[in-house]
Amino acid sequence: MAVTQTPARPQAPARPSNPARRGRWWAEVGWKYPVAVVIVFYAAFPLVYAVSASLDPRGSLAGSSNLFRTVSGANYAALGSTSYWTWAVNTLVICAAAAFGAVLMGAAAAYAFSRFRFRGRRASLTTLLIIQMFPQTVAFVAVFLLLIALGNVVPALGVNSKIALICVYLGGALGANTFLMYGFFNTIPIEIDEAAKIDGATHAQVFWRLIMPLVPPILAVVGLLAFISAFGDFILARIVLTSEDNWTLAVGMYQWVSNQLTSRWGLFAAGATIGSLPVLVLFLSLQRYIVGGLSAGSVKG
Amino acid sequence: MSVGLQRVEPAPSPAPPESHARGWTAPGWGFVVKLLLMMVVNAAGVLAILSAWNAGAWVILGVLVALLVAADWVYFSRRALPLKYLFPGLVFLAAFQMFTLVYTGYVAFTNYGTGHLGSMQQAVDAALIQDEQRAEGSPTYPLAVLREGDTLGFAINDEGVVRVGTAEEPLEAVGGAVVDADGAVTQVPGWEVVPRAQLFSDAALQERVVALRVPVSDDATEGSIRTREGATGAVYTSTLEWDPAARTITDTETGAVYSPDDRGSFVSADGDRLAAGWYVNVGFENFARAFTDDRYAGPLLRVAAWTFAFAILTVLTSFGLGLLFALVYNDPRVRGRKVLRTIFILPYAFPAFMSALLWRGMLNAEFGVVNDWFFLGANISWLTDPWLAKLAILWVNLWLSYPYWFLVTTGALQGLPGDVMEAARVDGAGRWRQFRSITLPLLLVATAPLAIASFAFNFNNFTIIYMLTDGGPAFPGASVPLGATDILISAIYQISGVSGGRADYGLASALSIIVFVVIGIVSAVAFRRTRKLEEI
Repeated sequence: MAVTQTPARPQAPARPSNPARRGRWWAEVGWKYPVAVVIVFYAAFPLVYAVSASLDPRGSLAGSSNLFRTVSGANYAALGSTSYWTWAVNTLVICAAAAFGAVLMGAAAAYAFSRFRFRGRRASLTTLLIIQMFPQTVAFVAVFLLLIALGNVVPALGVNSKIALICVYLGGALGANTFLMYGFFNTIPIEIDEAAKIDGATHAQVFWRLIMPLVPPILAVVGLLAFISAFGDFILARIVLTSEDNWTLAVGMYQWVSNQLTSRWGLFAAGATIGSLPVLVLFLSLQRYIVGGLSAGSVKG
Repeated sequence: MSVGLQRVEPAPSPAPPESHARGWTAPGWGFVVKLLLMMVVNAAGVLAILSAWNAGAWVILGVLVALLVAADWVYFSRRALPLKYLFPGLVFLAAFQMFTLVYTGYVAFTNYGTGHLGSMQQAVDAALIQDEQRAEGSPTYPLAVLREGDTLGFAINDEGVVRVGTAEEPLEAVGGAVVDADGAVTQVPGWEVVPRAQLFSDAALQERVVALRVPVSDDATEGSIRTREGATGAVYTSTLEWDPAARTITDTETGAVYSPDDRGSFVSADGDRLAAGWYVNVGFENFARAFTDDRYAGPLLRVAAWTFAFAILTVLTSFGLGLLFALVYNDPRVRGRKVLRTIFILPYAFPAFMSALLWRGMLNAEFGVVNDWFFLGANISWLTDPWLAKLAILWVNLWLSYPYWFLVTTGALQGLPGDVMEAARVDGAGRWRQFRSITLPLLLVATAPLAIASFAFNFNNFTIIYMLTDGGPAFPGASVPLGATDILISAIYQISGVSGGRADYGLASALSIIVFVVIGIVSAVAFRRTRKLEEI
């Protein structure tokens, strides 16, 4: 159901010259343009406002309503004297690791479920389907207590460790992504595998050399969704990462805004502009793949 | 669920070839990679097992051993083919999702929280430490903080004899240490003496040093060396005495005897309670408290009502707006639809937490752009009035999530069967009639599962609430830290105390269980509707 598959554009001229037909054109199509302008304003003005605030050298919320009155990069430069870039790197590392792990584990699991017939397969799939409905975030107290216990044994898996947070995100990976990928893997004809097997390929070769090159769209979707959900997670990151050096953007920027909203507004706007860029670019460039993924499993929204 | 998986149907090829990950023969690099990976896994596993042994964490030790044996079996046995692909994911799933769900269920029936942490033994240790005071008339020793790897220790200068100890190892005299003219220890063989400047600049280290207790000897009653500032140490002793046989704590100063009660506290005969306790099973008390305790029941009921209202209204409004836009702009005669669509979905592509924080500033009563631009600079307190805050949250969440429905319904509209629409037109159905009788029902069938998923997501949409209003404004006069826009998940967060304040893990987990039940019911409905199971 990709939205890009729109029917071919009819040949009718867009702006008829005849006054009667022009009236009809306005009633049927023309009015949609002014309305579109209103919607564009509704959708984009907060973002334009954020960019404007980020360029305002005074950097406070007061007076930020005058868009682009003065333009300067002062806020962007000031980010360097805060922990912003540490947080950005932390976020990038955590999200990339979580996305990579989710893609790898999800693809491997989907391959197993799609290609092997084994005892307990159906039961496992059903169990996964049920488990994925109960989000980890609701069980955050137990996650917190578990990490405290694990941290006494392996400090890298304890509270205030980025590795621990990545592990927590990976715990949700199998449930969230297996079904998306399983469905996609099923659309690849099994005859391909069988032909390869007859030619002497092993199951690992079939997986890495045959299946994986055929599924980049779903890998991209799963990777992106895992990246975005880790990027946007606040509650788990907040309880796991306690020291400021380890924070992610979500935790750190919340702290900025909740403590000194008015004075750090420019900083926040600059940070948000930079921080949202990679996600915006990824999202918009992969949007045709995402629509398919969205219909298969609601993730955000 | 996954233990003992076996292939029922053997591979169809007559002689299944040896996997390249099993043999040395060419191309054997798959096997080499596997071997290297398994070496790393085994090394890490053995290390973790050893430290679990040292920490005395027997449950974790057992689980680690089982996991390591299972990993080796899975990857070196020929019989566990599907598990080779499932194992890593299953380990993470079991540890960080399934276990946490089960553990939530366990904690919900305990009084785990502030004052009831850990086991009885931990409570005893905590009680003795809390009660520790500097022993009367005890001397002050020049002290140096030592470090070796991650272990901290103290060296004291006991009238010329340098004694060294750590939290585990009692003080013992060492030879070869260097003492300067002031009596301060400057060098100890095998240890790095932490410079005082570093101690002052590193807050985390300071905290560890202040918490460090080095036993004077193997006899616990002799007390331990502690330091306040990292330069001098003194002997601290506790007046409390633990009698493991009778399971009582005696205060040697007052003579009061504290014995354990069934609530996880040490209580003396005249009702005095020690601050440190352990957690015990309290049955359904947490659930009862959520529904009947006056402090919680009222606020929680309002929170629950708002949670449902928020989730339902969000789905309805964003679905409606997204569908409206989709209907209007799913029109081949409109030019530039691609550009329009990209701009329409911008709010969805923008990270949600940043949007919420951005709107928090924009809705600021005094300086916010919304009041400035659209309300002529009026001071409308969008985020601090209970009803306006609710409205603001719905508004922002609408802005955030209509693009999702715009995308989904556009896709669904394009997937509608053309012949049915055509037939309706031929039968003379007007536009409204077409929409109401054909388009909408078909759309609803296609999107109902997504609407239910979206409901479940928003039911736990912690980010938007916490980022926009922190759950506030607080309920007036309530003794719990809850507010008018708190939903259940943010209420759980406030009550749990994981971010500071009084912790009540038991009640928080009980509320989590209630949320799980709601989600379970909603999901069961979704299950029956989508019949997703049939695809398996």
